Parts: sequence; structure tokens; C-alpha cells
Amino acid sequence: MEMRAVYASCLAELMEKDRHVCVLDADLAKASGTRALYDRFPKQMFDCGVAEQNMASIAAGLSSYGFKPWIESFTPFASRRICDQIAISIVYAKRNVKIVGTDPGIAAELNGGTHMSMEDIGVLRSIPGMVIFEPADPVQLRAAMPVLNAYDGAVYIRLFRKELPEIFPTDYRFDLFRADTLREGKDLSLFVSGFQLKDALEAAEILAGEGIDAEVINVHTIKPIDRDKVIASARKTGAVLTVENHNVIGGLHSAVLEALAQEKIPACAVGVQDRFGEVGKMPYLRRAIGLTVENIVETAKKAVALK
Amino acid sequence: MSVDLKKISLDIRCDVLKSIGHLGVGHIGGCLSVVELLSVLYFEAMNIDPSDPKKPGRDRFICSKGHAGPAVYAALANRGYFDRKELLTLNEGGTNLPSHCDMNRTVGIDMTTGSLGQGFSCAVGAALGSKLEEDGALIYTLIGDGESQEGQIWEAAMFAAAKNLDNLIAFTDYNKLQIDDLVAKVNDVAPLAEKWAAFGWNVIEVEDGNDVDQVSEAVRHAKLGVGSGKPTMVILNTLKGCGVPWIVDLGPGNHNCPITEEQADAAIAALRGEE
Repeated sequence: MEMRAVYASCLAELMEKDRHVCVLDADLAKASGTRALYDRFPKQMFDCGVAEQNMASIAAGLSSYGFKPWIESFTPFASRRICDQIAISIVYAKRNVKIVGTDPGIAAELNGGTHMSMEDIGVLRSIPGMVIFEPADPVQLRAAMPVLNAYDGAVYIRLFRKELPEIFPTDYRFDLFRADTLREGKDLSLFVSGFQLKDALEAAEILAGEGIDAEVINVHTIKPIDRDKVIASARKTGAVLTVENHNVIGGLHSAVLEALAQEKIPACAVGVQDRFGEVGKMPYLRRAIGLTVENIVETAKKAVALK
Repeated sequence: MSVDLKKISLDIRCDVLKSIGHLGVGHIGGCLSVVELLSVLYFEAMNIDPSDPKKPGRDRFICSKGHAGPAVYAALANRGYFDRKELLTLNEGGTNLPSHCDMNRTVGIDMTTGSLGQGFSCAVGAALGSKLEEDGALIYTLIGDGESQEGQIWEAAMFAAAKNLDNLIAFTDYNKLQIDDLVAKVNDVAPLAEKWAAFGWNVIEVEDGNDVDQVSEAVRHAKLGVGSGKPTMVILNTLKGCGVPWIVDLGPGNHNCPITEEQADAAIAALRGEE
């Protein structure tokens, strides 16, 4: 199922229940999957046009009036472009605004390097108090939406908007601040967020065939990271691999290593190696940037060898 | 409420000098230029209740040029939001009165501002909120002339007009100076009236924005814009540092400048002598 379809239907449910929930766009409602909601919720949907800074601060103003705004755009324009508005109008001012960035990292595909945010988590993670969430499948997103809406504060939602397979069971219980263990293992801790969860699970199966028992933990909330779970798993397995669709500087790898700073545990990363993106379809970009299942398997072996 | 706005302006101006003088440095110029506006808003125009600062449906003032915080605090204290003695804590560690307005610290402040351009968009958001709530509130906001160089101001200007936010009354503190030099020399914002009109706003120009009677009349006039379908911009031609000749004479240097307690007291005595 398309992630944006799940996202839009959840938003519709939230707006139906609470007239203070509203959505602001910067001319990308179609891309976000929310364009159809304009007719249904004319007093809760607002298109600001191509003016992301204004959108972010308007949302803060609406929040000061008791509204619960969600703002949405492509990841680079929902993060680095409006970094100061997020930092000051929203987070510093303690406003209840949800910031949705779609097409993270290589998911921007044919829009290419200009639209490919390899740094959004890093940029926003350094803002005090910011919560950063990246869903891995439609089930998790559906479970998260009401929780995110109920959370009284700023959350950045890094949303892969296209089709993703369902991974979590239908009875999945979501906790915004607790990471989920999808596969228990004893040789390696594999921490992953977003669409690469599926890749990580596939890689774990391959590794199992080669005698490496990998634990797969989905870190859906990169900040605040579930320190206890990260440390407990790393201590148990003694080796760490992070997998992310983001620069290895500033994102999940950095967050995991910060949590493990006082542990003597080797760690490797599959992620964007401090480079910009480029135009292409996902299969090409995975290969070009090094985000394939094979990359995960090979890097996992290196991490285990470092023990 | 029958009030002597000239007397109130004098009290606020003296309290600005006292609080910044006590500290020794601050954004004096751009605080003194907006004193008359704050007197009119807080003591005449706005539907507010100091005993119930969060009252639903209240009018709001969002000071987008957040560095005029000390002037807003002086107005709030004189209006009874908190004790005037607290003004002497300005910018001290742990104070509730930071240099720039903070809605989470100061009673009576409705929006955190300081990063220029943003407060104006926040005011637009509040005006939209008020329209949705149908609470009849008016949203007042103040921007600087230097601040008008921010692109975000014009994004918000476009949106407010497009969404017919006629419950929004904005003011430009057109004192013609910014930190580095004259606004006209740095990156001229003129012609302001034509710009705002072109963006679809009602525009009112006030020849002397430091004359309370002119400001009061302009605000009365601006309120008539409610129902017009257009937001209103009141351009206040002001004097940066107004009320203290040596501060005025500093020109662009009075944006954020040192002032001793003795200098502040002397300025206050001179102002009071003119009373």
C-alpha cells in the first residue's frame, strides 16, 4: 500500500474527530496524497503556495491559537529550507506542530540531487527537544498517526510516500519512544529505520545462512533514541551495524554511536557516505550510493569480524 | 477607558530607559520608536484583560521585531500584567523578561519572536486561527523596516491578503535606520505604501508615528478595515531613539547601544521635566 494513502486516510480520521487538527501545504498536497482532503475539510486544509517558511511560522501561529497543525513538503523543504522556522517559531516557542517531509533521501528518485535530503535528520536532530520519527511500513504508520497527533510538541516525520510492503503484524502495539525488535539474534545488532527495514530483515536471513545470527531492531524514532534498547542489544551481541537512507554523519549511525559512546563495541554503517544524491530510479540509486541488501550483508560481516 | 495616552507614553518611555539603563545595554532605539504605538494598543485599542491574560477571544499583539521586547514589557507592566519592579530584571540570568519576546516566559506575550520575519507569519497564523474560531478577535503585529527586507514578510503579506484576513492589523516601525546604516543605503524598502497596496492590503500612513493622537486615529481607522476582506498595514514614520536627543543622534548606532544608569536617569529627568 502507498504510504501517503495511509497517511492521508489517517489525517482524515484525525480531522474528522477534531476540528483543530489542520494541514498546511506548500504546493505539494498532490505529492503528499492530501489534495483530495481539501474538498472534504475546507476549514482544516490550507495551501500556502510555494512558501515553506511562511507555512512553518503560520503553523506556529495556528498552534498558539489552539490548533494542531501538520505541515508537509518534500524532505529538503520541510527541513533544511525551514530550519530556523522549525527551530524558533516551532520548537523554541514550544508549538505543537507536526512536520512531514516526504521522499527522504534516495526516494526522491527522478527529482534528483536538489530534492534528495541526505542531511534532514542531522539538521533537525541538533535542535533541542525535537522528535524525529521515520516509519518503516504502512502498519507502523497507521499505528503511529494518532500517537503523533496526540503528542504535544514538535515532531519531524520522515515519510517514504510510495508503496511499501507490510512488515509489522496487525496487532502491532506502537510506542513512539520504544524501538521494536523484529528479529532476535546473538552475533550482531542491526539498527535500521524507514523503508530499509525490509532490506535489513532480508540481509539477516542471508547472514543466518552464513552462520551469523543478527538481531534486527527498527529504530523508528531516531530522536530521542531508545538508548536502553540500543545499549542492551549491543552489549548482548557485541557488534553493531546501522542501516539508513541518510548521510552516515548526523543520522541514525550518529545517534546509535552517541548512545554507545561509553561501550567498547565495534560498529559499521550502511548509509550515504557524505555525498549528495543524484537523479535515478531506486535500483540504480541503491547501487550507486551503496544501499543494497548485499551492502548490508557485506558490512555486517565486517562488523562481526571486528569483534 | 478614558486614558491620557501622552502620560502613558511618557511612563512607558521612562520605564524602557530605566530597565535598559539598569542593565547597561540594549535595543534602545527601536524600543523608543514604538512607545506611542504600544500605549495606544495596550491602553486604548485592544480588547484585553490583564487579570486574565489568556482570556479566549482576546485581541493579540505579536511583536515580530522581537528586539522591542523591553518596550512591550514596559507597556505590559504599566498595564498591570506584572509588577513594574520586574522590569529591572531585564536580560538578567533567569529573568522572565529576555531581550526578545518569549511566550513561554512572560505573562501577556502571545508569541515568541526574535528571528526576524517569523513573528509576522505567526501573526498571520493567529489571524487565520481567529477567523476559524469566529471569536471576533483582532490580531495586531509590528514589524521593523529593516525586518521588511526578510523574504518571509512578503510571503506572509501575500498569504494574508489571499486569505482575506481583515482581522489582521500590522504596523511598520519606519524609523529609516537599521544596524549597519540607513535602510535606504543598505537595501531600500521604499516605497513601502505602494508595496503593501500592491500586495492587496489596506494601507494607512502616519506622518508622525511618535504622536499618540495620530497613532490613535490611525488605529481607529485601521479597525474600519475589518469586513473589507483585506488586512491593513499602518506605516508609522517614527524616530529611532525618540525622546532622548543624544540617543537619536547616534543614528544607526542606537540600535543596540550602551547606556549607563546615570544617563538613563538624566534622560528620564529631562522627559519628566517636559511633562
